[in-house]
Amino acid sequence: MDTLLLSHFTVTSCIGRGLNQTLTAIRQQRSGLAPCTFDTVDLPIFIGEVNGVDATQIVPELAAFDCRNNRLAQLGLEQDGFAEAVTAAIGKYGAERVGVFIGTSTSGILQTELAYRRRDLVTGALPADFHYGTTQNTFSVADFTRHYFGLTGPAVAVSSACSSSAKVFSSARRMMEAGLIDAAVVGGVDTLCLTTLYGFNSLGLLSTQACRPFDTQRDGISIGEAAAFALLERTPEHLASDAVLLLGIGESSDAYHMSSPHPEGLGARMAMQGALKMANLNPAEIDYINLHGTATQSNDLAESKAVTAVFGNSTPCSSSKGATGHTLGAAGGVEAVICALALQHGLMPGGLNTSEIDPALGLNYLLDNREQPVSRALSNSFGFGGTNCSLIFGRAN
Amino acid sequence: MTNPLTAYIEGIGLIGPGLAGWPSSHAILSGQQPYQPQKTVIPPPELLPAAERRRCGAAIKLALATSLEAIAAARLDAASLQSVFSSSHGDGHNCHAICEMLASEDRQISPTRFHNSVHNAAAGYWSIATGAMASSSVLCAFDASFGAGLLEVLTQVVIDNTRSVLITGETEYPEPLHNVRPLPDALGIALVLAPQQSQQALAQISMSITNDAADQLDDIALETLRLAIPAARGLPLLRAIAQRKTTRVVLDYLDSTRLAVEISPC
Repeated sequence: MDTLLLSHFTVTSCIGRGLNQTLTAIRQQRSGLAPCTFDTVDLPIFIGEVNGVDATQIVPELAAFDCRNNRLAQLGLEQDGFAEAVTAAIGKYGAERVGVFIGTSTSGILQTELAYRRRDLVTGALPADFHYGTTQNTFSVADFTRHYFGLTGPAVAVSSACSSSAKVFSSARRMMEAGLIDAAVVGGVDTLCLTTLYGFNSLGLLSTQACRPFDTQRDGISIGEAAAFALLERTPEHLASDAVLLLGIGESSDAYHMSSPHPEGLGARMAMQGALKMANLNPAEIDYINLHGTATQSNDLAESKAVTAVFGNSTPCSSSKGATGHTLGAAGGVEAVICALALQHGLMPGGLNTSEIDPALGLNYLLDNREQPVSRALSNSFGFGGTNCSLIFGRAN
Repeated sequence: MTNPLTAYIEGIGLIGPGLAGWPSSHAILSGQQPYQPQKTVIPPPELLPAAERRRCGAAIKLALATSLEAIAAARLDAASLQSVFSSSHGDGHNCHAICEMLASEDRQISPTRFHNSVHNAAAGYWSIATGAMASSSVLCAFDASFGAGLLEVLTQVVIDNTRSVLITGETEYPEPLHNVRPLPDALGIALVLAPQQSQQALAQISMSITNDAADQLDDIALETLRLAIPAARGLPLLRAIAQRKTTRVVLDYLDSTRLAVEISPC
């Protein structure tokens, strides 16, 4: 593939608003997970809630889009000068030549959950102030982003559960290579809602403490929320040495089970191999792997089998989920930005909350931060329905 | 400024109100037979293992039925294909049941309800049914979902130089969501596309982005259907293929951004 430049990027999660706070939290090895006090949820779990989401005022002309997910989207877009960078790109290329590709799993479903508590007692109707299309609908967050910038080019929500905001890079890449657009706003936004909290609870997949990826005692995920964005442009001739490039993408499907990964990690392996092939790299040329690492028994086992099959057991790797929680449809975007920070700052983040690495998994799993140059990083994202995506990012020099 | 994206349609699947498969819909869309709206009949998903068959709702059955019709017509093995799923929403009845439970005293939704709630449920069941391990893109663009899916599948076919199947469709919501998203019935369209012409090619299509007005359907009932269900925005493309004429159609996409498709029969 032709490499693409991540000319700007930003992330907002429970460990911080924007890149500076995120980097500081990573350096301090600080987790954002805390006991759940969200809404009326009565589960004994930890979550990664972003502070101040509901205080975010949606711009008045987009009031119909007002819901927690779009508030977090706007909060995220307004960090790190990202919105200004998109505006500049629109000036350069035109509003019809900048695409929008946003990953989300649940979009604004919380708005519907809340509306169902306020149904008309006689007719059962939803309240008149409930706007289905601009809040609940899966497209809502991509449509919000499109309207926020006044974009008129291709726009879409990618919704393949927890691989969503990794796969946005693939859709954007193809559309740029086809010449339909010159730049793309890619990202992922997912927010806390009862559907995912009670849904994962029904599967017995929620830990009662802050999740412990790859720990011997790991017992489930902690759900988080986040907004992460990147502006993709074609790679120019001259680049800053710390510029971050998208080098390769691999995608696959497990064709195995709706909510369990392939036990041997077959689909995950195919995704990693596909990304290496597209980037024309050998496994040894990857310096750091940001694992999907959800901290469920089955994910971490299957992912370990897949990683060791492709990379052996020496490549340094870690999961960010102990810090941010599992941000579901935003996880691919969050972890792409964490990889970009790792590349720019020569910092491999240690995985948090894990005290005893499961020896059966056979990975070089980092518990402490490691400061050393990182030239190329791979990020894994896997989801329900057996959807897998691996991304490879690299420094320009 | 941009070269159009060119591909070959090798198979079509269509199920909707009064549209029971591509062969029998052909004459209706080409104007040789009158359109008679009838409740959509979605065939059972024979290909799924029994456990999955019991668990899946109408949206998944619709995706399986249309895609398998298109893939059989193209005489291909589904396991070999990349795929694009594009829908305005997933299983509306499942969504309603979850929201109703979450608003009640007992919030213990079932695991099956939860994994069926993801937008990529149809893609997951489809890959289990067919054994397809290739990449699958799962998209939503509200009323623009057909156009978004067509753009995605054409970029897959052209840029990845591979066959891919577009699976697009919606089923209706029950009340009270029906009142805020009033889809009258279910309709799905599936298209198998290939980068090169083969013996089974039905038509060559070349797509580009335009601001021209979208084509409408002459039959009032069909035009009503086109506007009522997002996937039905693709019907003018199927009509042009049914008419076997070299022509150009403009399909609705986002607001004033539309898709122009040049069609020539093979």
